[in-house]
Amino acid sequence: MGFEKFGRKSFTAVTKTGKFVDLLIEGKVEGTTCKKCGAKFFPPRADCATCLSKEMEWFEMPKKGTLETFTTAYYAPFGFEADPPYTMGVVDFDGGLKLFARIAKEVKPEDVRVGMGVTVRPLKYEDGQVSFEILKA
Amino acid sequence: MEKDVAVIGVGQSSFVRGYEGSIRELAFEAFREAMQDAGITQKDVDASVFCSAPEYDKQRSPAGVLAEYLGLIPQPTFYVETVCSSSSTGVKVGYSMIKSGLHDIVVVVGFQKMSEITSAESQERMGRGADIQWEAPFGTMMPAYYAMYAQAYMAKNGLTHDDLRDVRLKSATYGTTNERAVYRKGVKAADFDPNNPEAKMAGPVAWPLRVGDCCANADGSSCIILANKEKAKAFSKKPVWIIGIGAASEAVNMAARPEFAKGLSVGYKAAEQAYKMAGITAKDVKVAEVHDCFTIAEVMAYEGLGFAPMGDGKQLIREKATYKEGRIPVNVDGGLLSKGHPIGATGGSQMRTIVLQLRGEAGPMQVPGDPGIGLVHNVGGVGLYGSVTIFGR
Ligand SMILES: [Zn+2]
Repeated sequence: MGFEKFGRKSFTAVTKTGKFVDLLIEGKVEGTTCKKCGAKFFPPRADCATCLSKEMEWFEMPKKGTLETFTTAYYAPFGFEADPPYTMGVVDFDGGLKLFARIAKEVKPEDVRVGMGVTVRPLKYEDGQVSFEILKA
Repeated sequence: MEKDVAVIGVGQSSFVRGYEGSIRELAFEAFREAMQDAGITQKDVDASVFCSAPEYDKQRSPAGVLAEYLGLIPQPTFYVETVCSSSSTGVKVGYSMIKSGLHDIVVVVGFQKMSEITSAESQERMGRGADIQWEAPFGTMMPAYYAMYAQAYMAKNGLTHDDLRDVRLKSATYGTTNERAVYRKGVKAADFDPNNPEAKMAGPVAWPLRVGDCCANADGSSCIILANKEKAKAFSKKPVWIIGIGAASEAVNMAARPEFAKGLSVGYKAAEQAYKMAGITAKDVKVAEVHDCFTIAEVMAYEGLGFAPMGDGKQLIREKATYKEGRIPVNVDGGLLSKGHPIGATGGSQMRTIVLQLRGEAGPMQVPGDPGIGLVHNVGGVGLYGSVTIFGR
């Protein structure tokens, strides 16, 4: 339990990576790395797809990345109707890690550019849900 | 060129909004046409494969229900799914069943009654179309994913909104000539003009994609009948052979994707396998159907299939090279954009178009020059699954 607190609305309650939510509450956005082969994963995984190990540990995601792409959604799926328009994007960190999230509301869609420097921070919604978001570096 | 498995019959229902019948009746329409085309009876069929995207189906395990309705029991039947590329995957499975020697004739039926569920239910399911653990919690839908590919691609390669519009204008041109298409109205450049208050195609859906950049939902069915060499020669005057097949998969999560500006990796990987198996190159393809669920997807497909160099797909649109009279005609049946995209039926419908083209029976959509090799490119999800099938005479 616990993962139902993730995101604007979660579709998953139980996962072995549930600690991700606790870390968000502590103010950290973390991925997992394999203790055996060193493979790094974001979003986090409980199991290593590279060497099949189940021994993973948490690591904090880098602070600086570039925005590889983004979109502004004018329609939303069921359960998200109050939110549009909202902008989402993919951050590319050096070293092969990427991250997908919404871009912070304070960043105007017209100011968002492919290739701009960005950072990531945890986010708490008024209803108690927790997530993370992208903002200008 | 390998000639072991042939298409001996093709069928397709009209693609419509709100089909007035059940899924079994919808499947019957394509099946009946394909059986009449092949000139066989149910006794000749050894097995059947049914394909759809299950999130739209109320009927659980539809294969048995549909097989009975089509008169295909007690032969073996089962169900195959890769979302929007389900029926291409079904044909790959059918091909393998015949090639292995297990069966002589296999029927592959793709169907989708998207109107089976209410639009509120459909919205709810669409929110769960991708990674439900890590992406759906942000409020993602299909257009937003393709829009992210479009944004990166446009920034890097100089593709413009007018280029995307021109992809839609091409599809609409052919949609008007296809009596089975759901969107048969023509589209004008003015329909995309943001300063024109009447412009129905200009509104943003997921920027940079507009209403006119998105394909039309539809109800529909398709049927492809496959046979081994012996049966193909016995039953068919104009067998069309499957000469190349490729298929690939990719990470569901956008965070695990390679460079967005390069398009969908499954397209390249599936094409490479299919060309290698057929022993041909892109230049040998004379007519193609590509997965244009969004306008940007067609441009990316040009490059994935090798019809244009990397980053240069826009030139094909600017030079009208993918029109019927052009160097490589693409989606001259209206494509997903105008013919419509009834998820599970789409791949089979694309294959029907190519088979009719190679038989010279495509009517007003027929490309000139008596094409001998045609290609079908069908993508499931946002490049989660990719399938390329090459046909020859
Ligand atoms: Zn490992």
